[in-house]
Amino acid sequence: MTDLTRRTAADLADALASGETSSVELTQAHLDRITAVDGAVRAFLHVDAEGALEQARAADERRAAGTPASGLDGVPIAVKDVLTTKGLPTTCGSRILEGWMPPYDATAVAKLRTAGLPILGKTNMDEFAMGSSTEHSAYGPTHNPWDLDRIPGGSGGGSAAAVAAFEAPLALGTDTGGSIRQPGAVTGTVGVKPTYGGVSRYGLVALANSLDQVGPVTRTVLDSALLHEVVGGHDPRDSTSLDQPVPALVDAARQGASGDMTGVRIGVVKELTGEGYQAGVQARFDETVQLLVEAGAEVVEVSCPTFVHALATYYLILPAEASSNLAKFDAMRYGLRVYPDGIDAPSAEEVMRATRDKGFGDEVKRRIILGTYALSSGYYDAYYGQAQKVRTLISRDFAAAFEKADVLVSPTAPTTAFKLGEKLDDPVAMYLNDLATIPANLAGVPGISVPSGLAEEDGLPTGFQVLAPALGDDRVYRVGAAAEALLTERWGGPLLDRAPDLAAKEAVR
Amino acid sequence: MTATLMSFDEAMATFDPVLGLEVHVELNTASKMFCGCPTEFGAEPNTQVCPVCLGLPGAMPVVNAKAVESAIRIGLALNCDIAEWCRFARKNYFYPDMPKNFQTSQYDEPIAFDGWTEVSVDTADGGTEVFRVEIERAHMEEDTGKSLHVGGATGRIHGADHSLVDYNRAGIPLIEIVTKPITGTGDRAPEVARAYVAHLRELLLALGVSDVRMEQGSLRCDVNLSLRPSPEAPLGTRTETKNVNSFRSVERAVRYEIGRQAALLADGGSVVQETRHWHEDTGITTAGREKSDAEDYRYFPEPDLVPVAPSRTWVDELRGTLPEAPREHRARLQKEWGFSDLEMRDTVGAGALTLVEQTVAAGAAPQAARKWWLSDMARRANEQGVDLVELPVTPADVARVQELVDEGRINDKLARQVFDGVLAGEGTPDQVVAARGLEVVSDDGALSAAVDNAIAANPDVADKIRDGKVAAAGALIGAVMKEMRGQADAGRVRELILEKLT
Repeated sequence: MTDLTRRTAADLADALASGETSSVELTQAHLDRITAVDGAVRAFLHVDAEGALEQARAADERRAAGTPASGLDGVPIAVKDVLTTKGLPTTCGSRILEGWMPPYDATAVAKLRTAGLPILGKTNMDEFAMGSSTEHSAYGPTHNPWDLDRIPGGSGGGSAAAVAAFEAPLALGTDTGGSIRQPGAVTGTVGVKPTYGGVSRYGLVALANSLDQVGPVTRTVLDSALLHEVVGGHDPRDSTSLDQPVPALVDAARQGASGDMTGVRIGVVKELTGEGYQAGVQARFDETVQLLVEAGAEVVEVSCPTFVHALATYYLILPAEASSNLAKFDAMRYGLRVYPDGIDAPSAEEVMRATRDKGFGDEVKRRIILGTYALSSGYYDAYYGQAQKVRTLISRDFAAAFEKADVLVSPTAPTTAFKLGEKLDDPVAMYLNDLATIPANLAGVPGISVPSGLAEEDGLPTGFQVLAPALGDDRVYRVGAAAEALLTERWGGPLLDRAPDLAAKEAVR
Repeated sequence: MTATLMSFDEAMATFDPVLGLEVHVELNTASKMFCGCPTEFGAEPNTQVCPVCLGLPGAMPVVNAKAVESAIRIGLALNCDIAEWCRFARKNYFYPDMPKNFQTSQYDEPIAFDGWTEVSVDTADGGTEVFRVEIERAHMEEDTGKSLHVGGATGRIHGADHSLVDYNRAGIPLIEIVTKPITGTGDRAPEVARAYVAHLRELLLALGVSDVRMEQGSLRCDVNLSLRPSPEAPLGTRTETKNVNSFRSVERAVRYEIGRQAALLADGGSVVQETRHWHEDTGITTAGREKSDAEDYRYFPEPDLVPVAPSRTWVDELRGTLPEAPREHRARLQKEWGFSDLEMRDTVGAGALTLVEQTVAAGAAPQAARKWWLSDMARRANEQGVDLVELPVTPADVARVQELVDEGRINDKLARQVFDGVLAGEGTPDQVVAARGLEVVSDDGALSAAVDNAIAANPDVADKIRDGKVAAAGALIGAVMKEMRGQADAGRVRELILEKLT
C-alpha cells in the first residue's frame, strides 16, 4: 500500500525506523489528506500545519542522529480540543473560549511532545464535551465519514472521524460517559477509556472531574496500546492520577492478536443487551461473542441490576460537577467578553451574565441548570447525595460481576450512527446513546470499543465493548485485540476498507 | 446611618451577650495551598500566579502538605480532635476576585474539631479571670484575590468606576478557626473577645505557622454577637461583623454591637441576621448583606482532590512538636531574662511578651528589648490607638536599633528619631540612619570646634571647670549637643572639654 495515510501507526513507526519514510513526508501526507477531505468531514477546529511540520523535522533529525524520542517519534496525531495546548487555540467547542490561547500544555499533550508526535491540530467536539453527536459544537457538527449525513458520535466525534477518514493515524479523546467509545463504535474505529487515574487529567478542561478520562482513538487495538503507553502514568499535578506503573498494554494487545482466548471468562451483561439495542447491533455483538467462544473463551451471563440506574445517576453527578467547573467562564480573565445591550457602565455581574448567556449553548445551559439544582440546599441529599450512593452500588455490581468473569462485554452503543439533527430536540433520546458506556465511568473501570461489523439494516458500523476491573487495562487490550483479529480475518481486511472513498466523493462535489 | 445605642452598662444590666469568633489566619508556607507559587507579601500585582491559582481551564489543585501539617498543629494546640479522613469541598459563588468562582474549602469534614482553649482577662483587683473558649472547628481553605476599587470616594465597590484585581493572594493557605458560642462572659464580653484573638495570635506565633501580621491582613476576624434576655434564654439572632482586624477593634466592635442590638431589642424591635461592615475610623458597624436562606453555596466534595487522611503516627509526631504551654513558657522566659515579677507582669500586660522574645532572639539584651517596647513603643501605640503588634516596626528593627546604640553609632535620643523614620515607612533602621544623617559625630575636628564655641559662649561655666568643678561640664556638653543637633558622641565631648580646660 503506497498511501501513507491508510497505514496503522505501528506500521508507520516501523517505516520511520527503517527509513522507508520520513516524519515530514508522512505528516505532509496527512495534512494533504485533511485539505482534501476535511471540508466535508469537519473533524478539525484548528489545523497547525506549520507547527506539525516543524515537529516532524525535529523528529527526523532525532531519527537521523539515532536518538528517537520514542517508538512513535514522528508519527502525527490529532488532539481533542478539550486538552490545553500551549500556543494552539483551545475552545472546547464553545464560543466562550473562542480565541483562547492556553499558556500551558496538558500533561497528556506534553507527553506527546516529549515522545515526538507532531500535533496536526485540534478536533471538534460537543461543547464542553456535552453530547453524543458533536452537533452541540458551537462551530458546527462533524460528519461521519461512513455517511456524511450522519453523526460521528460524541462528544469526541472530531477525533474519531479524523482517524476514520484517514486524516490522522492517531488521536486523543476524552471519555466522561462514552465520548471516546461511542464515536469509535459509530465510525468503525477503536477507542479506549483507561482506568480512572490512569492518564493525567491535568490540562483536560473538566466536564465532570470524577468521570473524565483521557484515552486513545485509533484504527487498531495495537495502535491504541502504543499511544496509551505514551500518555499513561502518574502525574504529580493530578492528585487523582494513580501512582502505579502502566500495565504492559502493547504486550497484551500482541498476545490478544494471536486469537487464543483459552481460559478467558467473558461476562455478557444482561442489562446491557436486548431491549433498546438495534437488531443489527445486537446481531454483530452476538456474532463477536460467538467468535471469542470458538477461540476458547468461556461465556457467562452476569447481571448488574443497578446498571439500570446508571443513566439517572450520571445525569445528576455530571451536571453537578459541570455546573461548578463552568463557573470560571465569567469574562473576567480570558475568553469571550460580552457587554450587555442598553446598560451604561455595566457591573462585573452584568458582564458575567451577558457573556454566559451569549457564550454557552443550550445543552451547556441545560446541564448548568440541572447541576445547580441538584446541589442546592434542600435538594442535595435527594439528588447529588443519592446519586453518589447509587454510584457505590454500581461499583459493587461491577465487583461482583468481575468475581465471575475476567472481562464484561456489551454492544458499545445501542444504535448505529443516526442522522444529523435527528435527536437534537430530544435530549433524553440523545442521552440514551451512552447507556452501555456510562457504568464504566461511574465505577472508574477501563473499557475499549472495537469495530464489530456493519449492521445489516443500514450498513453502518457497530461497536463491541470490553470492560475490565480497575487497573486491568491490559485485559481490555488482550480481549479487544482478539476480537479485532478474529473479525478482521472473517472480513478479509479492516472494516474501514469498506468505508466510502471520501477523496473521490470530494472530487465529484 | 448611625444607629441608636444603649449605654454599655445599661445593656449589660438588661441582656446577656453571646459571642462567636471566626478567625482567618494566613499560613506562612513558602508556597500556596494548591500550587507552587510563592506567597511573599507585597509583590507586584499578578506576578505570583500560575494556571492553578488563576483557575485557568484544565488546571488542577494539589494539596500543600506543609499547610496540612500547620493545620494539624493548630488543631492540636487548640486541643482539637484531628480527623482521620476528611475532604475539601467547593464553596460555589461568583466573585471577580475568585478565579474559579468557587473557593476550595472544607465543609462538613474539617481537619480539626471539638477543641478548647483558655484566655485570661485582667480583673480590677489586679488578678486575672480565666475564660474557657470552646473551639468548633479549624479548617483549611484558600484565600481569594484582592480587588482594588478605583474612582470612588470610599475605596468600596459602590461608587467606583472600575476595579483592579490582584491574584497574588489567590490560593494562599488559610486556616479558619471557629469558636462555639462563647457564653458566660457577661460584661467582660468585649475584653474576652479581644483576649481570645490576642491569645490566638500568640499561639500561632509560638507554633511558627503564621507571621500573623495584622496590618497585612494575615489574621482577619469576624465577630458574631447576639443578645438574649438572660443566660437561660435561647440564643438570640446574631450579626456577623466582618473584617475586624485589630485587637482594639475587636473589643470596640463587640461593645458597639452590644449597644446597638440592646437598643433595638429594648425598643421592641428585632435584630436582622446579616453581615455587617466595621468602620475603623468611626467605630461603628453598618448593615451589609442580609444572610438569608437564599444564600446557598452548593457545597460538594472537591472531585479533583483525594481525601486527606493523616496517619495517627504523624499526628502524634506533630503533637510532639507543639510549643510549651503559655504558663510554662512565661516561667522559663522570666528565668532566662532575669525579669522581676513586676517586670514580667508589665511585659505580658502590655502584650509585649512575644515581641520582647523575638527582639531578644534577634540579638538584643532582654532589658533593652523590654525598655523599647514598654516605654517608647507603648507610648507610640497608645498615641495611635493601635496595639503594639500593629506598629509597623519589627522586633528585628528594635534589635538593630539597640545594636547601633551599643556600637555607639547612635544614642538613645537619636534612636527615637530612627524609630520615627521606621514608623513613617522610610525603611530599615540602617536606611533611616543613612537617609536622615543620624549617626553620632565622634570626629574630633567637628567636635573640637563645637567645644571651643561652647567654651567661648559660656566663659563662667568654663571657669568653674578650670577651678576643678568637673560636674559643671554637663552644661557645656548640653551646649555642644544643641549645636550638633544631638548627634555628638557625648562621651568624647566630655573628654575634649576636660582636655581643654584642665
